[in-house]
Amino acid sequence: MAEFIETGTWVQIHCIVLPEGQRAPQVPVETQQVPLEMQVKGFLAEPATLGEEAEIVTQAGRRLRGILTDVNPGYTHSFGPPIPELLTIGREVRTILRETKGGG
Amino acid sequence: MTTASSYEAVLADRDAIMRASVGIDYQQYVTGALAFDYERLLADTGYDIQRTQSVQTLTGVGNTPLIELHNITSLVRSIADHGKGARIFVKDEAANPSGSFKDRRASLSVCEAQHRGYEGVVAATSGNYGAAVASQAAKAGMRCIVVQEAFDSQGIAQPEIAEKTRACEAYGAEVIRLSVGPELFYVFLCVLKETGYFNASLYTPYSILGIETLGYELARQVQDKTGRYPDLVIATHAGGGNVTGTARGLQKADAIDTRVVAASVDLAGLHMASDRDFNRKSFTTGHTGFSMPFTTWPDRADVPRNAARPLRYIDRFVTVTQGEVFYMTQVLAELEGLERGPAGNTSLAAAFFMAQELDADQIVVIQETEYTGAGKHPLAQLNLAKHMGVEVRRGDPRDNKPGQRIVIPEHPSQVAVVDVDLDHVRRSYVRHALESIADGQSLSEIDLDFLAAETRSSCAYVEEVVNEWHRKTG
Repeated sequence: MAEFIETGTWVQIHCIVLPEGQRAPQVPVETQQVPLEMQVKGFLAEPATLGEEAEIVTQAGRRLRGILTDVNPGYTHSFGPPIPELLTIGREVRTILRETKGGG
Repeated sequence: MTTASSYEAVLADRDAIMRASVGIDYQQYVTGALAFDYERLLADTGYDIQRTQSVQTLTGVGNTPLIELHNITSLVRSIADHGKGARIFVKDEAANPSGSFKDRRASLSVCEAQHRGYEGVVAATSGNYGAAVASQAAKAGMRCIVVQEAFDSQGIAQPEIAEKTRACEAYGAEVIRLSVGPELFYVFLCVLKETGYFNASLYTPYSILGIETLGYELARQVQDKTGRYPDLVIATHAGGGNVTGTARGLQKADAIDTRVVAASVDLAGLHMASDRDFNRKSFTTGHTGFSMPFTTWPDRADVPRNAARPLRYIDRFVTVTQGEVFYMTQVLAELEGLERGPAGNTSLAAAFFMAQELDADQIVVIQETEYTGAGKHPLAQLNLAKHMGVEVRRGDPRDNKPGQRIVIPEHPSQVAVVDVDLDHVRRSYVRHALESIADGQSLSEIDLDFLAAETRSSCAYVEEVVNEWHRKTG
């Protein structure tokens, strides 16, 4: 069942700026073959349904239309797990410093 | 937003949009077929060092600490020849309000936009500069829009840019996130046209003059701490503003014998407009993908005349590998207690090697750090690299292959720079300049003088390159 999202909800819309095949002539083939996409966040200007067209008001006050893709989208970037290739570097350089001092 | 304006129509309107959004009539500075009055373009803004400092002081920008890296200097001396190993200092630019030296660039742009009565500012940037403009706009009570190249066609965001999205939104900016491609410029023009906002370009005179205080401050700080000016100042080099503004600031502090080094991460072989290569880069700035095209032709920028003109100031241009920068980022954290970067640490990697070439009583300054955090961190970048199938291993950094292999040194003695041939870069610049001459125009003496100044060479050198170009092109 279609879920209505209320006016004023913080959402993200998506739209195609340039479709594939209509990209700038100088871009490489792999980029020519995909569209130029845009995502913008804002407050929903009127009730809308996920996956349907919607209008938002951005933080700068602009009104934009696009497909409603996310409600209150999260920040999911992180650090991820430690990188083993970095873990021993500190120990290694401290050892060099210690040996240099000891030897000098 | 873009439906009513076709790509071709908007690009055709480019000059008018730019004029309205920057408020500078660049045409009045033209003095020849190629030449323009660079110094007058900058001077006419009215921002000298003192006025810039007073603007920056109001928003807490600048006056960042200069920190001596005693332990890294000891590590340098442990592998350098006897009597070699210069003292290394770092200018901790992460102490600026939004966490990087880019606040200096944004401060004058936003001040000027406010002074001229613009309602808001727009910046096309995926990097620290977006957060800086958003931060300055927030303080000034102005609206801000940042246009980013943020994700590939699989929807995978570059983690560092994802963090910049968050930071810009934290300062109340609207962030337009785009997939990969230079047509970002088209969206940028559409937004400028629609809003009538100020173009807070990285390449206006304001953006460059704002950095002069960095070079000026560091010269004075080194003088105060050591009684002499630095021998070498190393700047992470991308679009050219950092090198240009810093070098100009050094000159204004009378540090005229200080040599200026531009350092970039080597990303040779990766295409900047490639949807495939986008997430196979572990650096979003400070790399050769920007520094090579912008050094050999600065006027590819989003304003008619770029105020960042690095070839006028560079004494030496070097590259380091991604693995070397990650290695030095870890060393900085664990030996000096400074978790910074990674992109800003490009100059740190270069400094580590170049300090070994200098005497122990000489001084090297790394002129910036930048804040670090989720996404904007070696862990995030290396985890993405592994996810994208890039090999990450310890070994000899000379085995590094951008987009395929990141090799993290096993020993500090493996950290080294590769020199970029400045003669080659100068010739490339002159060729680009000659190709830009409008039909029906020809070179005059003033153009030769201009090209000599642009390349820090002589009229005889320029004439030789021009003659060679004429022979080749008929």
